[in-house]
Amino acid sequence: MLKLERRPQPSKAWVWLAPVVAVIATMIAGGALFAMLGKDPLVAIRTIFWDPLFSEFAFFYRPQLLVKGAPLILIAIGLSLGFRAGIWNIGAEGQYIVGALTGAGVGLAFYPLEGWFVFPLMVMAGALGGWAWAMIPAVLKVKFGTNEILVSLMLVYVAEQLLASMSLGLMKNPEGFGFPGSRNLQQYPSAHNAELIAGSGMHWGVVAAMIAVIFAYIMLTRHILGFHIRLTGEAPRAARFAGVNPGRLVLICLGLAGALAGLAGMFEVSGPAGRVSIDFNVGYGFTAIIVAFLGRLHPLGIALAGLLMALTYIGGEIAQSRLGVPAAAIQMFQGMLLFFLLAVDVMTNYRLRLTRREVA
Amino acid sequence: MTAPVLSIQGLTKAYPGVVANSDVSFDVMEGEVHALLGENGAGKSTLVKMIYGLVKPDHGTMTFQGKPYAPAEPRAARAAGVAMVFQHFSLFDALNVAENVALGMEKPPRLADLAGRIREVSETYGLPLDPFRIVGDLSAGERQRVEIIRCLLQDPRLLIMDEPTSVLTPQEVDILFQTLRKLTAEGVAILYISHKLEEIRALCDTATILRLGKKVATCTPADTTARQLAEMMVGTVLHTPERSGRALGDVALELTEMSVRSPSAFGCSLKRISFAVRKGEVLGLGGVAGNGQDELLGALSGELRSAPEMVRVHGNPVGALGPIERRGIGLLCAPEERLGHAAAPDMSLTENAMLTGSLREGLERRGFLDWGRAKGFAEAIIARFDVRTPGPGNAARSLSGGNLQKFVIGREVMQRPEVLVVNQPTWGVDASAAAAIRQALLDLAAGGTAVVVISQDLDELMEISDRFGALNEGRLSRIRPTSELNIEEIGLMMGGAHDMEVAHV
Repeated sequence: MLKLERRPQPSKAWVWLAPVVAVIATMIAGGALFAMLGKDPLVAIRTIFWDPLFSEFAFFYRPQLLVKGAPLILIAIGLSLGFRAGIWNIGAEGQYIVGALTGAGVGLAFYPLEGWFVFPLMVMAGALGGWAWAMIPAVLKVKFGTNEILVSLMLVYVAEQLLASMSLGLMKNPEGFGFPGSRNLQQYPSAHNAELIAGSGMHWGVVAAMIAVIFAYIMLTRHILGFHIRLTGEAPRAARFAGVNPGRLVLICLGLAGALAGLAGMFEVSGPAGRVSIDFNVGYGFTAIIVAFLGRLHPLGIALAGLLMALTYIGGEIAQSRLGVPAAAIQMFQGMLLFFLLAVDVMTNYRLRLTRREVA
Repeated sequence: MTAPVLSIQGLTKAYPGVVANSDVSFDVMEGEVHALLGENGAGKSTLVKMIYGLVKPDHGTMTFQGKPYAPAEPRAARAAGVAMVFQHFSLFDALNVAENVALGMEKPPRLADLAGRIREVSETYGLPLDPFRIVGDLSAGERQRVEIIRCLLQDPRLLIMDEPTSVLTPQEVDILFQTLRKLTAEGVAILYISHKLEEIRALCDTATILRLGKKVATCTPADTTARQLAEMMVGTVLHTPERSGRALGDVALELTEMSVRSPSAFGCSLKRISFAVRKGEVLGLGGVAGNGQDELLGALSGELRSAPEMVRVHGNPVGALGPIERRGIGLLCAPEERLGHAAAPDMSLTENAMLTGSLREGLERRGFLDWGRAKGFAEAIIARFDVRTPGPGNAARSLSGGNLQKFVIGREVMQRPEVLVVNQPTWGVDASAAAAIRQALLDLAAGGTAVVVISQDLDELMEISDRFGALNEGRLSRIRPTSELNIEEIGLMMGGAHDMEVAHV
């Protein structure tokens, strides 16, 4: 008989092994899924995980890895700080949208003025927009004890309506022949978040993501704020005893997460997406939750998990176009990854023991 | 007292890395109170868990009332006639007594019938209890009665009690002892676990002493001194804490009419508490658990705030300051609950040293943490307070209760406090470690620290405190010099009957 036994302390090996096991289990279960859809599972897995990196056309896909990975990493880093402290911001998607709107809004307001200061102002506006959107659940939680999960999640739908309203109204391109959507910021050099090295996929958002990873790593391991965040997550009462002000921590964690999500939205709208449109958001804010957990809420883990998740996005698109796999199958594939990870996670705190059936 | 009710032969149980019990044998006779004595980690709880069917022995056999006995689970043990009152109660605050009792039963009768039986049993054994009272409103002593009655309803032949008096006033202890004697007169055997040696000498007929998982002796406690018992448990000669004559200095900590609301619905708000502690003085605050001890510690540590002038340190108002600022001026605290309050269970000892030591030990500079020094600080605590652990990298929850207690008390003691407040400093700590902790507190006082010890262990308070006061329903009794008091008066102070009105005129 198999029995779970609590470990005296969390296993260090399993903390890092769990994501690997989860990825392998996902490949197996995903392969089975593709087989049931009538596709060759090996080809499907190869298309998703191998082709974007090493196939003939990889030069086209590789930059996409950074383009798709950067917003995921940026958002997930912010989320992970809150998650570590037991503050559950589920509304990064909304903060991402609002950051994109405020960032793009500043850029569009300056159009067609050219100046070095336009882009930095947009960056600030994007961070501020995401921060402000996240402050709504934060302040409500601190003042009235509302549940930040529900409030932040519901604000995503508010943000989506705001996005639709903006792309159909205030930010609509006056020279756009009545089509919804804003001017293309890619055609406005002062506001364009262009590739820093042509063909590399490297834009300012990638740089910001790298800085965020390093910043979060230092904060969590070397700074009192990071220590207090971890302490609050592990033992809230001990944290209060140590001197942590829980309300202040809620404001800081949600604020940082909102600002980073807002930045991600701003870099996306001024770079790869180019313009505000009704369907501008593609769920980065939600996928980032998976990325944060897959990366063990650890900055370096999140960087790797973000790239892996970007890979499944790109590979998924290739599989859709080349093998005719439905888009939903790819989303299921990503969901499975989180599912397996949470299941395997049990091994960090428990070990399996083979026990002989005891005679009652 | 004729036949053995329970006979244990060669019980052995090993866990990975540690042998909890090795070849333990003894008999519990019909109608006797049999004490089980030993330090923390001596294997008492493992042994009891085996008897109660929670743990399966690796070797050895048990006989219960002449028949082979190997309970697979507590249900089987209960069916055979073994009942147990745990140290930590498993009661739901929001339900009433009868509902709580019904929850623990296999086939509960109708509540009205059950209430009748509860009344009947409680009257027979002198444990007055209203079956329809809400458990959240009961005192710790009354809650224990609920647990005892729950056991007695099963008509047990052997009753196991784990540290039953740790939450009782002396008067309540007397009532409990009368109940236990009534039970033994009916032939029920009682296996009694306790740290309180005087109690065991007064109550128990036989004592089995465990050390490091082995039985070291069986004796008659009435014929043995408490000191001999303690030395058998520890295996070495004990040191009694020494009090050197101390000169008292200025008032270091002063509370003036402090009232603080409890943050929890079943907590106890503090009502107009006033006292002053001088440098070099040890103030002992007794009282039954749940009468405001946690709240008082919180109000002193800064977790609960009051009006600024209600708490003064060296004359400066600090009531509105948070824990970090209070540490800055030398007011340090060690809460009762080790895991989750004084220490973060899954964090390492180094991280837990950082938890309160960051400021005063200079482990932090402009918000950046010096983990090297934190590790050094943790190692210093481990060395000075003899904390048994492989090293500072181990998680707090991997330590035994007593060792973690040494760590969290040591962490505050080593930060050279001006004022130190500790709640239950030796709770669940073995005799030699408790003596070491008490000595450390006395040494601090000798060095000029004002020490406040909140404790439910009266012997401890009598031993180390200069003055004594008792908390009762959030109020503080008049504070009196310990040397003038006897245990009877203390009991009355704890019950709130004596001097209460005088104190609040």
